[in-house]
Amino acid sequence: MPNSASEASQEPEVRLVTAAGRARCLVLSGAWNLRGLELRLAELVPRLGEYATDRNSQWDLREVAVIDHAGAMLLWRAWGRQRAAHLTLKPEHEAIFRHLEIPADPAVAAAPRDPLWIIVAIGRKVLRVVDHFTTMVMVLGQVVLDAGNMVRRPALIPWREISSNIYRTGTQALGITALVGFLVGVVLSYLSAQQLKLFGADAFIINILGISVVRELGPVLAAILIAGRSGSAITAQLGVMRVTQELDAMAVMGIPQTLRLILPKMLALAISMPLIVLWTNSIAMIGGMVSAQAELGIGYTYFLSSLPDAVPIANLWLGLGKGAVFGLLIALVACHFGLRIEPNTESLGIGTTNSVVTSITVVIIVDAIFAIMFKDIGIS
Amino acid sequence: MEDCIIEVKGLWTQFGDNVVHRDIDLCVRRGEIMSLVGGSGSGKTTMLRQMLGLERPSRGEVRVFGVSLHGSNASQLRKLRDRWGMLFQEGALFSALTVYDNVALPLRELRALDEGLIHDLVMMKLDMVGIEPRHASKMPAELSGGMIKRIALARALALEPELLFLDEPTAGLDPDRSESFVTLIKELHRELKLTVVMVTHDLDTLVALSDRVAVLCDQRLEIVGTLDEVVANPHSFICNFFMGERGRRALEAVRAVNAIVSMT
Repeated sequence: MPNSASEASQEPEVRLVTAAGRARCLVLSGAWNLRGLELRLAELVPRLGEYATDRNSQWDLREVAVIDHAGAMLLWRAWGRQRAAHLTLKPEHEAIFRHLEIPADPAVAAAPRDPLWIIVAIGRKVLRVVDHFTTMVMVLGQVVLDAGNMVRRPALIPWREISSNIYRTGTQALGITALVGFLVGVVLSYLSAQQLKLFGADAFIINILGISVVRELGPVLAAILIAGRSGSAITAQLGVMRVTQELDAMAVMGIPQTLRLILPKMLALAISMPLIVLWTNSIAMIGGMVSAQAELGIGYTYFLSSLPDAVPIANLWLGLGKGAVFGLLIALVACHFGLRIEPNTESLGIGTTNSVVTSITVVIIVDAIFAIMFKDIGIS
Repeated sequence: MEDCIIEVKGLWTQFGDNVVHRDIDLCVRRGEIMSLVGGSGSGKTTMLRQMLGLERPSRGEVRVFGVSLHGSNASQLRKLRDRWGMLFQEGALFSALTVYDNVALPLRELRALDEGLIHDLVMMKLDMVGIEPRHASKMPAELSGGMIKRIALARALALEPELLFLDEPTAGLDPDRSESFVTLIKELHRELKLTVVMVTHDLDTLVALSDRVAVLCDQRLEIVGTLDEVVANPHSFICNFFMGERGRRALEAVRAVNAIVSMT
């Protein structure tokens, strides 16, 4: 038996040997396996096709060192999906040619395009959105019922899950929210200062910074960061639990998913988000203060002492309240998308993307609703 | 000298202070079916993964087709990876691709074959493992465990490997299916002249397929030999593994078949 080194050195070759007055005879030699053919395929295929046009050709495969299914399939295709009429080959290669008769594909009739496809497509999209909305309401309803249950029986409260979720979504997010908050504070303060200088209204920098950061930017910035960071993590975690059948295991053991998985995450985010908002606000104000001092020469003491007059305290409560609501919504959306993930990798990716995009959109929509509802509060 | 396809020399595996393999030497010969057996935690799968280059042994060397897995350059290893196929325990089909695309993927990666040839090769491989063409456009999530194993085998065979690794090929299949799977592997082994390395817990599979058995026990390779030689070894682990009630029944069945074969 030839060893692998000599097999590799024998290139697949086909020679035309014709004795005078007789039918054409094609002699194949070398290694007709996938590794041997790989590099010579472009050259061999047209030649084989040309030789195979004459049905009376003799095919002599006795000099072939090795042949595998790929090589046999190549010849088979050249012969027009049948065995050549005059074929001689080594007995041990006979088995390879047995499997080539592949069953025909089931006829796939191309369905004619529906003339109303655009309406159908829009309708499907609408139904999907409605479906998302109803299941989300159902999850929310179950969470409310569970919460009611929990209040009646405090032993059910999943303290450990809540605490670990607060740590993961709150404590571990302090760094990134501080960095982003500080930079936004600096930039906002610098740009406002340029404009205010023109009017000599330097002192109003405190009003502008205070109202915009405490009322709007702090909560929204924090919510966007948390949605990207913790929302995606929650969706991916639930999705992987679906893939590994952990969710099914919980269902079989009778552990309610909403109580153990969703409720702790919603509560944890509702608790940690206002704190993150407060933290982001403070750091952004510090950033603004530093920039105001550098650009306009407003002292830190003056800035801090006039802040309570410039920004009514209602704005802070509004901001913190928004934070809590955003936290609940981010967790709800993330859990909803997480539970809908199907057990395959593609669905996991799509689900996580949709979760983040949806929760950020929802946060901004709800923020707009807040702005309209509370338009008379906190602004003198 | 023996014609070793896989050569393991002085292999040590250590996870922290926990020694899994202690100075193991093993040679897998061309054309044989070698089974790795051992209790759970004895490092069978770890050793299989080391032979595939997925894990690095703490000490020692693994050579496959004479190429060292941990001292060779990338192009040598790439060539090597075209010559072997692996059937993972859970199939490890790409869940985002259809059955057809799963089997076609390694062929397309060669960048040398045209789509028509790939199509015929894929359909032939699927036919060989007994998957009907109508399943070709399905996603792996829609299929049963037995079908996933068959498709994974078709994918492992797509590049016409000379060496096939099987990790628990019949685990999770019902007896009927596992028997037909064993028959399938036997046929392919004979037709394609494959060398097979297999990790298994299933005695019936072990008895039906193995030419030689390597027993991993107490961090060492206890014995390598034919089934009869292994059973004749008095070590207590081997007794537990082979001489339990199930093992005895499986072995008796084999002996009976052998006796009939030798009589005729």
